[in-house]
Amino acid sequence: MSRERILGAVVLLALGLVPLAAHVMGEPFTITLATRAAILALAAVGLNIALGIGGLVSLGHATFFGIGGYAMGILASHVQNYEPMFEWPFLFEGSTSMPFIWLVAVLVSALAALLIGLLALRTSGVYFIMITLAFGQMFYFFSISWSAYGGEDGLSIYVRNGFPGLNTLDPIQFFGLCYAVLCLVLLGAHLLARSPFGLALGAARQSPDRVQAVGLDPKRLRLVGFVISGAITGLAGALFADLNRFVSPTMFSWQTSGEIMVFIILGGVGRLFGPVVGAAVFVMLEHFLGDMSEFWHIWLGLLLLAVVLFARGGLVGLIAGREKAHD
Amino acid sequence: MTEPVLETRGLVKSFGALRASDGITLDLRPGEIHAVIGPNGAGKSTMIKQLSGNIAPDEGTVHFLGRDVTGLSTMARARAGLARTFQVSALAMEDTVLQNAVLGALGASSSPYRFFRPALKRAELRDRAMAALERMGLADHAATVVSELSHGQRRQLEVAVALTLQPKAFLMDEPMAGLGGEGSQHLTGILDRLRAEAPILLIEHDMDAVFALADRISVLVYGRIIATGTVEEIRRSPEVRDAYLGDAS
Repeated sequence: MSRERILGAVVLLALGLVPLAAHVMGEPFTITLATRAAILALAAVGLNIALGIGGLVSLGHATFFGIGGYAMGILASHVQNYEPMFEWPFLFEGSTSMPFIWLVAVLVSALAALLIGLLALRTSGVYFIMITLAFGQMFYFFSISWSAYGGEDGLSIYVRNGFPGLNTLDPIQFFGLCYAVLCLVLLGAHLLARSPFGLALGAARQSPDRVQAVGLDPKRLRLVGFVISGAITGLAGALFADLNRFVSPTMFSWQTSGEIMVFIILGGVGRLFGPVVGAAVFVMLEHFLGDMSEFWHIWLGLLLLAVVLFARGGLVGLIAGREKAHD
Repeated sequence: MTEPVLETRGLVKSFGALRASDGITLDLRPGEIHAVIGPNGAGKSTMIKQLSGNIAPDEGTVHFLGRDVTGLSTMARARAGLARTFQVSALAMEDTVLQNAVLGALGASSSPYRFFRPALKRAELRDRAMAALERMGLADHAATVVSELSHGQRRQLEVAVALTLQPKAFLMDEPMAGLGGEGSQHLTGILDRLRAEAPILLIEHDMDAVFALADRISVLVYGRIIATGTVEEIRRSPEVRDAYLGDAS
């Protein structure tokens, strides 16, 4: 087993065991922190497919995170307020079923990623960054002005949505659910990186001319990668809204996009467990340093600077060394 | 006479006032190596880009296997069996030799949208890739990351990736570029055997290689083909000597 796999197993195990210990000791807040880390990690696993494999520096992944969040918020708010969402062609009263909400979150963010990708992927480099950022800002201001769903104040959801067989109001059960989703998506990301698609998308980043010369279309590969990436981040958004029982335009803000990217850079771009390590470190810093000073971002900034200057493979690269070639 | 595999008729391409291709007509016949030589700035790169589909000609046509491919993209031409190697190695540098070859096999099977089973565990892709690597003498380096290969090995990998496409014709843009005497001789031997499989349109500066390999040579000067013929005919041609060989050697 490579060092990277051992590191990944340790990180996943720790992320699973800490909340269990907290549950036994009766400290629900720690469970909430771990849940937050798992969900943010999931969002970054999504971005890591576009950024790490495809080399697509998207500064607009908050778009998908927010879409996932509002998918949950809108569907649940109709149930909460007893106002049908629409009555034609059939009566639809909204939903508080997590699997259904997740499906909607994934489909709508995939559709958004398709439309944004069709436009943004015509450009590259700094223009791609700017276009994805611009789309994020459009959704941000749209959500502020959409008063039907809370506008600037956001939407509070008093109920927690249900999952068959689980009591999702119990912090440890909700954590378990998020953790299971994260593990499944990590498995998927692991397979994807080694699949024919992952190989071709990675080659399209490194040498688009070569990819074309063997008859494959780099643009289409990137578009499919961007859609998968956006869909995963959208799913994370739905879970994040459920964790907070609150959705607001902040989820669409460019700071959110930046933070998701920071998780990846901190943990290791293109490394399977990079997003998990990055999100966990971020949540811990936010908690411990945030207690001491509201200017804790200074320390995050210094850490980020150190990683970028001295550990290009992120924390995973620092600990596990250079990535071994896939077998 | 047999039908040419690849044929251009009256290719014209201008960049502003510069006519980089000024009515290029040439053909590539089955089983041959057809070398195109010419001084720097003669328009060799512009010509090959029009053949591969990277740029569109202003006038003229490109026919491949009897079909007009002038309007087709690089990808479509590659899928039809036109394999290209690059002057400056275009490889996935962070990937292994085998992964690069599998990419070629993947292009040939034209179904990259498969997301679960690892590419390297798919026998159909792996076998095809390994066969190409073996032929280029790279099988022992299958697990090496490309950035750790020597320059010469990268040039061989360029050809190996082209081989995985099982092409109907090769377009080779200075395959010998940067190779030393020994490397160049080795690759010359390989290309010599390759022509039986598919004809090669060879752009090359290395005159020893060209004279050793070419069945026919075309001389490109200022966007025009000034002569086409066998090695002997070209060596003896006074125009060619004036335009090119004279001041080059």
